[in-house]
Amino acid sequence: MTLETSAPATAPPARPQRRASRQDTAGRSTGERTLGVFTHGFLVAWAILVAVPLLWAVLTAFKTDSEIFTNPWSLPAHWQFGNFARAWTTANIGTYFVNSLIVVSVSVVLVMLLGSMVAYVLARYEFPGRSVIYYAFVAGMTFPIFLALVPLFFVVQNLGMLGTYQGLILVYTAYALPFTVFFLTGFFRTLPGALAEAAMLDGCSHAGVFFRIMLPLARPGLISVGIFNFLGLWNQYLLPLVLMPDSQHYVLSQGLAVLAANQGYRSDWSALFAGLVIALLPVLAVYVIFQRRIQEGLSVGAIK
Amino acid sequence: MRHGKYRFIASFLAIPLVLYVVFVVSPYAQAFYISMTDWRGFSGQQNFIGLRNYAELATDGRFWQAMGHNGLLILVVPLVTIAFALFLAAVTTVAGRQGAVGRGGVRGSRFYQVVFFFPQVVPVVIAGVLFGFFFNPDAGLLNGVLRVVGLGWLTRPWLGDPALALPSVMAVLIWGAVGFYYVLFSSAMKSVPPDVFEAAVLDGAGRLRTFWSITLPMIWDSVQVSYIYLGIMVLDGFALLQVMLPVPGGGPDGSTVVVSQYLYETAFTGGRFGYASAIGVALCLVTLLLAVAVLRLTRRQQGEY
Repeated sequence: MTLETSAPATAPPARPQRRASRQDTAGRSTGERTLGVFTHGFLVAWAILVAVPLLWAVLTAFKTDSEIFTNPWSLPAHWQFGNFARAWTTANIGTYFVNSLIVVSVSVVLVMLLGSMVAYVLARYEFPGRSVIYYAFVAGMTFPIFLALVPLFFVVQNLGMLGTYQGLILVYTAYALPFTVFFLTGFFRTLPGALAEAAMLDGCSHAGVFFRIMLPLARPGLISVGIFNFLGLWNQYLLPLVLMPDSQHYVLSQGLAVLAANQGYRSDWSALFAGLVIALLPVLAVYVIFQRRIQEGLSVGAIK
Repeated sequence: MRHGKYRFIASFLAIPLVLYVVFVVSPYAQAFYISMTDWRGFSGQQNFIGLRNYAELATDGRFWQAMGHNGLLILVVPLVTIAFALFLAAVTTVAGRQGAVGRGGVRGSRFYQVVFFFPQVVPVVIAGVLFGFFFNPDAGLLNGVLRVVGLGWLTRPWLGDPALALPSVMAVLIWGAVGFYYVLFSSAMKSVPPDVFEAAVLDGAGRLRTFWSITLPMIWDSVQVSYIYLGIMVLDGFALLQVMLPVPGGGPDGSTVVVSQYLYETAFTGGRFGYASAIGVALCLVTLLLAVAVLRLTRRQQGEY
């Protein structure tokens, strides 16, 4: 592991001292104290390893191209905000960003609506074939997408939807369904049934109960699953690579990859890094706002 | 009323099921059939050739080279990731605070969680571009730092060297994954009742002993699941490799080619759809085998609590 060697020596000073005094009062041995310093050093080192490449990318986005190559690790001499404008227009990041936004947001809305409908029916109604449908969705989470890739390409092509927004949206929706259905089914099962029964007695229809009572009750679950779908689809690279061959319709991840691969002959590294930062912003925003929910949701989901 | 119920169920299921069958179920089903044909090119006809693609696969050097890289990744990445994550989680949640052993954690563990977890949400393509440049021989951060701290003799073209390209990729995979498993193990450790730890401490168990004999067995389920998740993630690895090393054929001298890349290349560059589907089926089988193997090999008495 080449990455770790650089950091630990410089990292730990501030915190361990504070800790040491508290440990004295607890009457710990010196052995324990050195262990404490050591472990803390490790934590700080890992935090640095995680943060530094990202901070470096942000700094690089503000430099000129020549600065990037002459002073890779220093602060930019003049903050080049123009990089972002160039990335947005000349490097087409703006177009890709809008494409991503359209495809991902429509897909997320669609998959949340359809997924919660399926999950609700599966969780709340008895009917023949229920478990078959449920396990068909669960199985969809375990197979690698790669297996479906070739036939999927031809399915989309035969429908005349290759290289279109609606094609990618439908595929995104279909591939996000298993995860969505699986988690929301579990969630709907935990909701109290009494409220729904009361509404039915008052003459509310099945669909009315779902839209007016169950869906609002399920909001916390819907938000969590919606966030994961957003992050997952924003991250998607393979599906658009195969299904969006036309550069006008590239999504952000595709556009950035192409831009990076082209640096060999038409290099504009500063715009590329500005593009990276632009692409990272929505993810960062979602993470900062929902950070606790994301961590809880993901880890609870994985333990199940 | 009865009637209304079934009509309602059908109306809710119809659209999602059609979507799911058309775009997910049918491609998976077709893949198995296509893998037994000699379908080439976009116009070409498909002839059923039985298992001949699989026979060819068995002696295909490039396939096995790619499979070997996947094998290495599956051995190294999950092990190192889980080891790091367990260590960090144990340090921040369990072993930390002196007063109440087993509870709380070191100072600022909330801060560490936020920072450590972030790479998990960084899109793979962004990480790929970022680290592709991080390892750049001239302007990359890694060589830059090495020169500054006087380790200039260590600088090298990380991604250009066939011996170092794959380890560099592994480092990035580990960088991205540790945070998630750190959070996962932390919450698993927190759900272990504290009196178990208190009892261990009363009996004179040190930190290491507590970790091996109490913490690890208690969260063994999560560790198993993590290995499978990580294995599946590493089996793919397409996006990161394709972006980090945009060299046709998978890195310098094919030194980082993985099965998913070989499949993509076979299908969409070579146009051999039948053969590519056979690779896909093989990949799927390996995934299932991996899951079964992990569950079998790591079976161990789960601590009751």
